[in-house]
Amino acid sequence: MERRELIKMITLASGGVLIGGELLLSGCKTNARSDAAFSADDIAFLDEVAETIIPKTNTPGAKDAEVGKFMTVMVNDCYEAKDQKIFHDGLIKLDEASRKNFSSSFMKINTAQRKELLTELDNEAKEYHKTKKETDPNHYFTMMKQLTLFGFFTSKPGATEALRYVAVPGKYEGCVPYKKGDKAWATS
Amino acid sequence: MPSDSTNINTKAVIQNSYDAIVIGSGISGGWAAKELTEKGLKTIMLERGRNLEHIKDYITATNDPWEFEHRGRTTEEQKKKYPVIHRGWAANEAIMQYWTNEEDCPYTEIKPFTWWRAYQLGGRSLLWGRQSYRWSDYDFEANAKDGIAVDWPIRYKDIAPWYDHAEKFAGISGSKEGLAQLPDGQFLPPMDLNCVEKDIAARIKQHYKNNRHLIIGRVANLTEAIPGRTKCQFRNRCWEGCPFGGYFSTQSSTLPAAQATGNLTVKPFSIVTKILYDKDTKKAKGVEILDAETNKTYEFYAKIVFVCASALNTAWVLMNSVTDIWPDGLGSSSGELGHNIMDHHYNLGASGQVEGFEDKTVFGRRANGFYIPRFANLFGDKRDYLRGFGYQGAASRESWSREIAELNIGADFKEAISEPGVWNIGAGGFGEILPYHENKITLDKNKKDKWGLPVLAMDAEIKENERRMRKDIVAELKSMFESAGVKDIKTWDTGHSMGHGIHEMGTARMGRDAKTSVLNEHNQVWDAKNVFVTDGACMTSSACQNPSLTYMALTARAADFAVSELKKGNI
Repeated sequence: MERRELIKMITLASGGVLIGGELLLSGCKTNARSDAAFSADDIAFLDEVAETIIPKTNTPGAKDAEVGKFMTVMVNDCYEAKDQKIFHDGLIKLDEASRKNFSSSFMKINTAQRKELLTELDNEAKEYHKTKKETDPNHYFTMMKQLTLFGFFTSKPGATEALRYVAVPGKYEGCVPYKKGDKAWATS
Repeated sequence: MPSDSTNINTKAVIQNSYDAIVIGSGISGGWAAKELTEKGLKTIMLERGRNLEHIKDYITATNDPWEFEHRGRTTEEQKKKYPVIHRGWAANEAIMQYWTNEEDCPYTEIKPFTWWRAYQLGGRSLLWGRQSYRWSDYDFEANAKDGIAVDWPIRYKDIAPWYDHAEKFAGISGSKEGLAQLPDGQFLPPMDLNCVEKDIAARIKQHYKNNRHLIIGRVANLTEAIPGRTKCQFRNRCWEGCPFGGYFSTQSSTLPAAQATGNLTVKPFSIVTKILYDKDTKKAKGVEILDAETNKTYEFYAKIVFVCASALNTAWVLMNSVTDIWPDGLGSSSGELGHNIMDHHYNLGASGQVEGFEDKTVFGRRANGFYIPRFANLFGDKRDYLRGFGYQGAASRESWSREIAELNIGADFKEAISEPGVWNIGAGGFGEILPYHENKITLDKNKKDKWGLPVLAMDAEIKENERRMRKDIVAELKSMFESAGVKDIKTWDTGHSMGHGIHEMGTARMGRDAKTSVLNEHNQVWDAKNVFVTDGACMTSSACQNPSLTYMALTARAADFAVSELKKGNI
């Protein structure tokens, strides 16, 4: 059996990890697939949410990696019904929060406003998950952030440009120099 | 061509006759086929699943990670189809085609039992952890010394030359350590421990006065090319099938060797339903199979039969081989067939942070980790339970999946999370499970599989000895990590259901006495001397080392004996 994989997960699980949580650790949850559930507008909306979390800098951003579309695939195929509902409701809640704070929809506010709004939501979600019991519902922004990071860093632009990826290393060296600023390996 | 058994004729008997039949094509079956064909026996290898061709059928092995629609995660449909596989961590989008369809092949859990099956040519040799450790006489003598179950009929000296033989051919990388409880072998150069692992190893060695050891895993991945196979490329994608032949599998190793002799016939989609017993000769004359695609029944005949269908399915074949003389199946005379199931208990361990190596990283993806060999109840150490355990683990830097407390989102967050995080080290324990007669499998005749065959009912659990050991496994690892300066240590124990260790064994144990064991010291079924069982079913105790290397060695040893007995006319 692939003990290395196990250890990797153990390391993740015990490191106080937010991202991925049960999604990364136990695989996707079951649910009925509902392909029609997301519109092109939803995907565009999710692309902007993702780009706010992982913006294009000197390396590609979430939109370059088509993270909005990826999120919908994962929610459709791999989320339980109750999490799907939370995610869908989250699209509305996020937009409502934008209207409340900036009197305008999320798609219309500027980059700085988007960053301010999602920072607030991220803090809210972090606070919520600190005291959340296992059976309590997940926070929709936690899902969006998890899927953004997962979708981006496992994409080709994310893995090869924001991170470092070598398809066939050919050797293993257990101790090589690292200097601050060097990118992490995309896969382990 | 095979003939329908209901219309058998002399010509068909001749056409369906071989020197040897091998049931199963996994690690043990592949070895049996290689050894028997190399010794000149015309051999047929029967595999219940589909054919799977080396390299060509590793359909995802050269995809980049982003080419997977769900980036490795499994979907609702897959989860429905493979509920048992989803109990553990082995469900991955890339490899679901290798796991057995659980709707077609149900089983009954009288007690929880996690059965990981891979029905195709090569079996679980494609999907194994490749950790390869010798046993020692501390293991082979354990039952006799403790008064547990029955004594192993062999000792280390009997198997040592066959470990040499197996290691040389399979290609095991590892370091020579001179440890009495974990004998050195014929190793290819070891892989590297990384800098954190080396440091922790040195600290443990010092703290425990050279009585505990953290060593690089001994693994069936090539660190040097051997004929026909390229060395490991450190992609860490073994389970998708290796297009380089970098690790040992039936497809990369034993199958090509057996085919090169010209003596091998491989027949996939062949579910062996019974071994045909001849009461006059008191031997098997062959096997009956069900063609998994056509549902037709055929018979194949041979002078010897090697049963290597994996521990539980080997017992199934024997238990289903019912005759007037053996109403409970072939090999049932002792009453031990199907009993004494063992596994290695795990799902427990510890992890923590290591400081001081922020200026170091690694290159390449090592499909291997470190190993901490057994120390409990050895060399004067005494615990409140019998036997011992080992640990397997690794150190690595955190990835993008970590949390960064002070940063939320945006460019700064992206930059920070694109760099590696702190070093973590983690390890899990693998503990010995004692053979208990009451831990057993039986045929459940009320439930049928897709082909109308009775299924297995599992009735096994860990007991007090294992529960005591589990507490110690966690406590000792925590102490070792503390002594090595690991910070923020977290421990876990999520319980063990039998089978979850994927080291199921013991259902047709070897022994010295036909009254208390199913097999003798040469893996011969006491009740039919030309039938050999050399997979996990044959094990008399479980030790705590990963068992596959021992199956390889026992299979090669038994094949050598079988051919010599055949030549002498004894079987």
